[in-house]
Amino acid sequence: MTEITLPDKDVVVLERKNFQGLLDALSDSGYELLGPIVRDSAIVYERIHAVDELPVGWVDVCEPGKYRLVKEKKKTLFGCTIGSQSWRRFLHPPTSKLWEATRDGNGFKVIQPEPDQVKRALIGVRSCDLAALAIHDKILSQGQYIDHSYQERRRNLFVVAVNCVRPGGTCFCASMKTGPKATSGFDLALTEMYVSNRHYFIVEPGSKAGKKLVDKLPVRQPKESEIKAAQKELNKAASGMTRTIDSEHIGKLLNEKFDDPHWEAIAERCLACGNCTMVCPTCFCTNVEDSTDLTGQHAQRQRWWDSCFTVDYSYIHGGSIRTSVTSRYRQWMMHKLVYWQEQFGMSGCVGCGRCITWCPVGIDITEEARQLTVKE
Amino acid sequence: MRDLEQTLREHPFLEGLDAEHIKLLVGCASNVVFKEGDFVFREGLEANVFYFIRHGRVLIETHVPQKGPIMIRSREAGEILGWSWLVRPYRWHFDARAAELTRAIALDGKCLREKCEEDHDLGYEVMKRFAVIIAELLEATRLQLLDVYGNSTNK
Amino acid sequence: METQQTSKHSDAAKQPDPMLVRPLQIHRIIKELGDTFSLILQPQDDDADFPFQPGQFNMLYVYGVGEVPISISGDPARRETLVHTTREVGTVTRAMRKLKVGDSLGVRGPYGKGWPVDKAENQDIVLLTGGIGLAPLRPMIHYLLTRREKYGRIVLLYGARTPEDILYRKDLEKWRSRFDLEMHLTVDHATGAWRGNVGVVTSLVSRSPFDPQNCIAMVCGPEIMMRFAVMELQKRGVADDRIYISMERNMKCGIGLCGHCQLGPTFVCKDGPVYCYVDIKDIFTKREM
Repeated sequence: MTEITLPDKDVVVLERKNFQGLLDALSDSGYELLGPIVRDSAIVYERIHAVDELPVGWVDVCEPGKYRLVKEKKKTLFGCTIGSQSWRRFLHPPTSKLWEATRDGNGFKVIQPEPDQVKRALIGVRSCDLAALAIHDKILSQGQYIDHSYQERRRNLFVVAVNCVRPGGTCFCASMKTGPKATSGFDLALTEMYVSNRHYFIVEPGSKAGKKLVDKLPVRQPKESEIKAAQKELNKAASGMTRTIDSEHIGKLLNEKFDDPHWEAIAERCLACGNCTMVCPTCFCTNVEDSTDLTGQHAQRQRWWDSCFTVDYSYIHGGSIRTSVTSRYRQWMMHKLVYWQEQFGMSGCVGCGRCITWCPVGIDITEEARQLTVKE
Repeated sequence: MRDLEQTLREHPFLEGLDAEHIKLLVGCASNVVFKEGDFVFREGLEANVFYFIRHGRVLIETHVPQKGPIMIRSREAGEILGWSWLVRPYRWHFDARAAELTRAIALDGKCLREKCEEDHDLGYEVMKRFAVIIAELLEATRLQLLDVYGNSTNK
Repeated sequence: METQQTSKHSDAAKQPDPMLVRPLQIHRIIKELGDTFSLILQPQDDDADFPFQPGQFNMLYVYGVGEVPISISGDPARRETLVHTTREVGTVTRAMRKLKVGDSLGVRGPYGKGWPVDKAENQDIVLLTGGIGLAPLRPMIHYLLTRREKYGRIVLLYGARTPEDILYRKDLEKWRSRFDLEMHLTVDHATGAWRGNVGVVTSLVSRSPFDPQNCIAMVCGPEIMMRFAVMELQKRGVADDRIYISMERNMKCGIGLCGHCQLGPTFVCKDGPVYCYVDIKDIFTKREM
């Protein structure tokens, strides 16, 4: 594994007591702040204003099919790794209106929705989720056809990343080469340090906007020991992950296993609930529904997240293509690890581990990938 | 007769069959003509013949009470018609009727059956060729039974 | 971090929102068969130009009801109208059938990859189709006949369920009378006065006059019929890279953004609906792919 280092230039230190200043600076620049909070005993991403809304002192314990928040003595702001939800909900909302139409004689007129002008700042994005964001950028805004609503929301985004100094229980980003340190796609990347009762952040600007913001903050130059300490923590996190996927070879290996009986074994446990697709930060499938109001004068097209685990997902007149749970689980996993590579030149899995944690029966994609591709 | 031998020798169905065997076949062959609407054979009757269709088209049909004849297959110029002569109890399972003026070479199946019994090399060659035809018909029938286009007529 | 716009992407950024439908007026409705009908669309304004490649499809929206992908089935040389033939098989197509002349239909498209018109030049052309599969091939037939001298023999093999289910009868009669197109019709079952071929369309392949070494076969019909068709063509000696098939999957967006139409590593809406068989032969027969 390559050694994780912080850049020698531009890196500054922000003391914990000045963290609110970072939030205020963003608010003052017109950003709506979105960050992790504790709700219903889980981390979710919501509108925040003040630092004490963050999950101060909480740590998440993740296992296959299990998630707990535990209070620690250390009052870290970002002790929890990732929430059940991913950030995609702010750029590619779970439900949205694509357009409206009104009757016009025998015909109708289509009314385009107002562009979304909200400036959003995401606070505490992990490197796995940054990789997911880059994936959605590629799929939704860099192909032949562009998802305008995604592009509008994406355009005004400010990203404050947080490097992981503690891997979550189900994480495997190191093997997917997406973490634990953010390397691109952020405006600011923070490494939260809590050593011998000192609490501070190493701040790495990743863009002009990030640098501009840093200029407004009461930061100082880091000591060499502080940089070294942060690097040590990051490397410890990278090597601390127990789960891995052989991201280099998995596509080829798995592609040959389409007819493997092991898919049936997975399907015996899989409930086809679709949780994995709802928590996955890279899933992008959507369905649409057209409707009218009671008068029939107004119609609209609503779009929402869909899941390849539903039978309807593959329905064409006469019936569905993927009726068995086996085929639907296989489609999901093959899409992430095999087809995605061919479709977009990248893996569809970023190693965040959400699908493992939030699977009600604890199906572990890394373990299933291993079972399927292990040499007899 | 010469024309008959020539036609049989050049027929793809008999490709690779040696001259001796073709001669045997010619001995069982005769030219036949069916006018439009003529029955080539009838369900239930003894099957002692098969045809090399040279021109025209034969419809294989079955009669359904209250519905009349239902056509289930056609055989065209260049194709072989009839294989019931080869399998016991040597009876036709369907009716066959000329859809238009049809010329064919009829092979006496009874005579050929006897020759195949005597000469198993010939028997094997004949069986090999009919196995292909029967397999093709079976495959086509399966596809037909799948009714892939769905029902649109009765809506 | 804000997204960087490269010059390539800023072009795309200026494109009109591909999710928006364009209302077009129904100019004429043709009842083709019991449950099959054609809609001829024209715009309400004068801006009538609908270029498309034979084999491409449009997303058609019935006001308030829903949207479905339907192949374009008109003559590509007649760019002032759009013709779609469809069967009444679901909620949207049922609602579509109830529309009247003068009503509007929302249109997005044309989308997808069409038939290989260039690769087919100087080749014998085998058009092998069954049922309503003739609709996505009709633009191709028009296209070929408009440029007849560029192609070798043209063989149209068409199968329907019964004689009553034969689509585009008038076109077929016109084409049958041409000397430069060989046509064979067959039906799976017949009663009454039918005196033509009876049997599955795939059995016509072995006795059709075309050069398997120098041909392009275009196949369109129910998936299972296409599987048999490919086998027959292979038996005849047609190489896999000379066989093209048109696939169908669930589509919600038509532009590769909704995920539904995935077929292995491909999206039917943008990598298809017309595929070269050689490109999907490994996945074509996989169950529940």
